[in-house]
Amino acid sequence: MSELTDTAALAPAPQLQGKQQIWERALIFAGIAFLVAAPLLGVYPVNLMTLMCFALFAAAFNLLIGYVGLLSFGHAAFFGTGAYVSGYAAKAWGWTPELALLAGALSGAFLGLIVGFLAIKRKGIYFSMITLALSQMVFFIALQAPFTGGEDGLQSIPRGKLFGVIDLANTNAMYAFVLVIFLAGVFALWRIVHSPFGQILKAIREHEPRSISLGYDVSRYKLIAFVISCTVTGVAGGLKALVTQIASLTDITWQTSGEVVLMTILGGIGTTLGPLVGAGIVKTLEDHLASLGFPVPVLIGAIFVACVLLFRRGIIGEIENWMKR
Amino acid sequence: MQTADTILEASRLTKEFFGFTAVKNVDLKVRRGSIHALIGPNGAGKTTVFNLLTKFLLPTSGKIVFDGVDVSAQQPAQISRAGLVRSFQISATFPHLTVLENVRVALQRKANLATQFWRSDKVLDTLNARATELIADVNLSNFIDTPAVDLSYGRKRALEIATTLALEPKMLLLDEPMAGMGHEEIDRVAALIRKAAIGRTILMVEHNLSVVSSLCDTITVLQRGEVIAEGPYSQVSQDARVREAYLGADHA
Ligand SMILES: Nc1ncnc2c1ncn2[C@@H]1O[C@H](COP(=O)(O)OP(=O)(O)OP(=O)(O)O)[C@@H](O)[C@H]1O
Ligand SMILES: [Mg+2]
Repeated sequence: MSELTDTAALAPAPQLQGKQQIWERALIFAGIAFLVAAPLLGVYPVNLMTLMCFALFAAAFNLLIGYVGLLSFGHAAFFGTGAYVSGYAAKAWGWTPELALLAGALSGAFLGLIVGFLAIKRKGIYFSMITLALSQMVFFIALQAPFTGGEDGLQSIPRGKLFGVIDLANTNAMYAFVLVIFLAGVFALWRIVHSPFGQILKAIREHEPRSISLGYDVSRYKLIAFVISCTVTGVAGGLKALVTQIASLTDITWQTSGEVVLMTILGGIGTTLGPLVGAGIVKTLEDHLASLGFPVPVLIGAIFVACVLLFRRGIIGEIENWMKR
Repeated sequence: MQTADTILEASRLTKEFFGFTAVKNVDLKVRRGSIHALIGPNGAGKTTVFNLLTKFLLPTSGKIVFDGVDVSAQQPAQISRAGLVRSFQISATFPHLTVLENVRVALQRKANLATQFWRSDKVLDTLNARATELIADVNLSNFIDTPAVDLSYGRKRALEIATTLALEPKMLLLDEPMAGMGHEEIDRVAALIRKAAIGRTILMVEHNLSVVSSLCDTITVLQRGEVIAEGPYSQVSQDARVREAYLGADHA
């Protein structure tokens, strides 16, 4: 086990087998069906699209905490950078949305490579602290840089025309675009986890010295996973900029980093669906409570305490564990 | 200097922890094809020597030559790939992976199935035939789908050996492979080690002297970080300092 598990006190969920897999498939199918039908059911699409961005963000974060045992406490840096870069490309250079998103992805990857290079050899809490410190540096750059719009951020980011053809100002078209990117991103992460490479990541998480003694350069494997996670996070950030048409400092604060940790823990670390469910719950509650004037941080704190005290495996993790028995 | 006959040679190996010298000027030569034991009382520095040889710890000073190559400046994973593979004093398996998966992790690297993140892990099934053989060799066939965490202590040790042998190492470092085992299990693991030693070199730390005497060709005795005796069991067991270190401690 990595040292991290002590800090988080949250064990990864056990492997799924047989019946549980069927259950999981059914849930995935129901989820996709819901997302496809949601606009027809009258759910406010912008909320749902934003939610998908955060769900993808949480899923990317989960690749690290759930399968490598790395708790990045600065993941908003990659989300925010993706948002700024995609937003800027779309707004200032008039790039089409798919290219803007690609720019966001590359910015996440590039920043991930730098941060990962500096942090990856550290263990446990030291890794978390370095990612936090570096993300604060990125925050100050975003605050000071001439192209980020300072306190105002980038506003009125145009959604543009997909491939120069499909106008994403049309909400249904935008919704379909977001849904496709979201599903593709989640599928890619799922594929990585269930790949030969993913198997080595699990081995490293389970027993790092043993993985080294079997000849694996664990830093290299961790760095690859870190960069992949940051790339997908950059996509999520870029997508969020196109959806809300805003890229602002909020996207890059440590509070956002903390929020994604919470979403993942709440839904279930190391489960495919957990981060998605966690993001859905946190975002939905936030939207409702904010409109009622309820102080959101209080809620966040309460959820966190509940997770640690009552269901350490997270919602999906607890369900899977319960089905195992 | 190293002859073709010596597979591992450490010279003047020293490790200090914050001023405390755990290993002091240790010279060690392991003959190719032999089973060599490293013994000594608790805290003598045996595990530290293993950590130094496999670069899990950086020596304060000293030189290590493995198979004709100076590996003093290498990384631990690199040393493993060169064929010098260690086990751990506390059994080291991947607890939530099955026995089959544990062994496959060791096979993945050479099969070039370690970095492919775009393929399904079903391709790992191509390793099952070899993994199954290795598992049968250590009598774990009945547990092939059992998560390692659910195995008994002795079986975890057997799984470790199978995993290590999957790498086809030239030399194995085993840190107390039989600690905490009953008689039967000890016999089983001793047989395994004897089998693993065919065509290989083994350096092992072991407290059980009857195992050491029957299994090992050469014995190096460590006390407070220093080598106090070396040779075959018959010779070492007569050494006055060794008798004092061992029997003295035992009779205390
Ligand atoms: N990382 C470390 N930092 C500080 N001191 C250490 C460290 N590792 C080992 N030591 C000390 O070095 C000495 C030798 O320890 P080592 O584990 O090598 O002994 P050993 O011969 O393997 O003993 P045992 O038979 O109990 O396994 C001990 O006094 C131990 O406390
Ligand atoms: Mg020891």
